Amino acid sequence: MTILILAEHDNAILKPATLNTVTAAAKIGGDIHVLVAGKGAQGVAEAASKIVGVSKVLLVDDAAYEHALAEPLAAFLVEIGRNYSHILAPATSVGKNVLPRVAALLDVAAVSDITGVVSEDIFERPIYAGNAIATVQSRDGVKVVTVRTTAFEAAGPGGSAPVETVSATGNPGLSSFVSAELSKSERPELTSARIVISGGRGMQSGDNFHLLEAIADKLGAAVGASRAAVDAGFVPNDYQVGQTGKIVAPELYIAVGISGAIQHLAGMKDSKVIVAINKDEEAAIFQVADYGLVTDLFKALPELAEAL
Amino acid sequence: MKILVPVKRVIDYNVKILLKADGTGVETANVKMSMNPFDEIAVEEAVRLKEAGKATEIVAVSVGPSGCQETLRTALAMGADRAILVQTDTETQPLAVAKILKALVDKEGPTLVILGKQAIDDDCNQTGQMLAALLGWGQGTFASDVALGDGSVTVIREIDGGLETVELKLPAIVTADLRLNEPRYASLPNIMKAKKKPLETVTPAALGVDVAPRLTTLKVVEPAKRKAGVKVPDVATLVDKLKNEARVI
Ligand SMILES: Cc1cc2nc3c(=O)[nH]c(=O)nc-3n(C[C@H](O)[C@H](O)[C@H](O)COP(=O)(O)OP(=O)(O)OC[C@H]3O[C@@H](n4cnc5c(N)ncnc54)[C@H](O)[C@@H]3O)c2cc1C
Repeated sequence: MTILILAEHDNAILKPATLNTVTAAAKIGGDIHVLVAGKGAQGVAEAASKIVGVSKVLLVDDAAYEHALAEPLAAFLVEIGRNYSHILAPATSVGKNVLPRVAALLDVAAVSDITGVVSEDIFERPIYAGNAIATVQSRDGVKVVTVRTTAFEAAGPGGSAPVETVSATGNPGLSSFVSAELSKSERPELTSARIVISGGRGMQSGDNFHLLEAIADKLGAAVGASRAAVDAGFVPNDYQVGQTGKIVAPELYIAVGISGAIQHLAGMKDSKVIVAINKDEEAAIFQVADYGLVTDLFKALPELAEAL
Repeated sequence: MKILVPVKRVIDYNVKILLKADGTGVETANVKMSMNPFDEIAVEEAVRLKEAGKATEIVAVSVGPSGCQETLRTALAMGADRAILVQTDTETQPLAVAKILKALVDKEGPTLVILGKQAIDDDCNQTGQMLAALLGWGQGTFASDVALGDGSVTVIREIDGGLETVELKLPAIVTADLRLNEPRYASLPNIMKAKKKPLETVTPAALGVDVAPRLTTLKVVEPAKRKAGVKVPDVATLVDKLKNEARVI
């Protein structure tokens, strides 16, 4: 049994999500190969080769894979993927875009967003915004699986896998990359931060997010948001935490001016410690909060920044 | 130009779900059902393209039991021109739905298929990508903007790091994210009119598709519950608790 993992990277840096996926693969068992598909991604392949538990790194370096477009990437994965028992990717926007395409081309089911490995073909995954956990079994020849990174520890360093270069399979020419508008931040990435502080509609404006940022900077935290805050244009879309945004499970999650809709809870309720600051003592967010502070956020946030 | 819009009937997003006592799944009897919210956004986008003169016909499709007719009527009331119900009582998983949709695309010849990016019941986020694969088309998933060009469509996608713009050759697949548009409510006259719009029923077998599930659900259970926390009186107490009790800062 050999598992192929699609590495998450930006051609320069191997993203931590790959490390959690390696741990999920280790739970399944068997050899673990990591595929780095990109352009000028040699450094990424070298980083992947140092992950403990990885026995081989495949590097395919070609302009077709530079932006992780689903069409060329899936075509490539299908070519090499047939020889594997499992194809895994983290459940990121790349993994979610590419793996179902691979599964359909292989005529197999895809298993999305697993949070547990029961055996080589039995997995746990959340459904209904995390309000139920389904245990599913796949009997297909190749299991195509995306992994919820917050449910698995990051694999550590200590590996020394060989890097093998493989040739590209070409670009079907269905799609082309035009541009990207990426949020730049000095703060940690939302999905791997140790502390996350998120604001909701209660923040009232994008400017007021500075109140959260001041605290985030003191704590080394990432800043997130509810859908309402993103829809209102306070912050960009990549801040959204929830069922249809990012899934986070930091050591500490601080929800400010967020009511606690199930779609938001779906993205953060596995955090170790949850703090809620909300002026409405009936807000649903208090049902999942370890520490609740019923007060006006515009009073509490400056005080909190001061106290830290 | 024809647009195909698949819509799924799901438990309404405001309903607190109940698990069946035998652990086989989620109770759907006597529960309020609605169109998957992402699919409403997909229908809205198609209707706007038609209103802008860029599309000529919108065909809504649903796969599932007879109750899906209601969901299709909603799509018709929002502005779809006709509907197809692929009727089956078997649990249809994304691969099976994608195969059914492929068969319909082969028959109908749309230039664009707009789907919701995920269904809020199984949270799979697969069908659009699978359909694109089976058709050999490009896919613009998690779309927050769709601009039709000549022989191509430009899609702005919501990705983990921000936004990405891709251009796809037509025909193509688009899957709708939350911020693509705000779906309209159907007006009463349009709901009345929708009752007279054509709704055709076919079966998966008639389309030559085997819908047998590939994944077996062994059990469905409740997630681990968080234990109730405490309310703190002020910021000072909060900071103290986080430092000395939870030890997270
Ligand atoms: C298909 C679908 C998918 C969705 N996906 C997501 C998702 O991924 N993520 C997500 O977050 N939501 C998602 N939602 C939306 C979700 O249902 C809620 O609408 C949303 O989470 C509400 O955001 P909010 O808590 O910021 O706003 P509200 O619900 O409006 O809450 C604002 C809170 O701020 C408090 N407040 C206001 N002023 C102050 C003040 N001065 N001081 C202190 N407290 C104050 C209020 O008491 C209130 O509790 C989704 C919905 C649907 C239908």
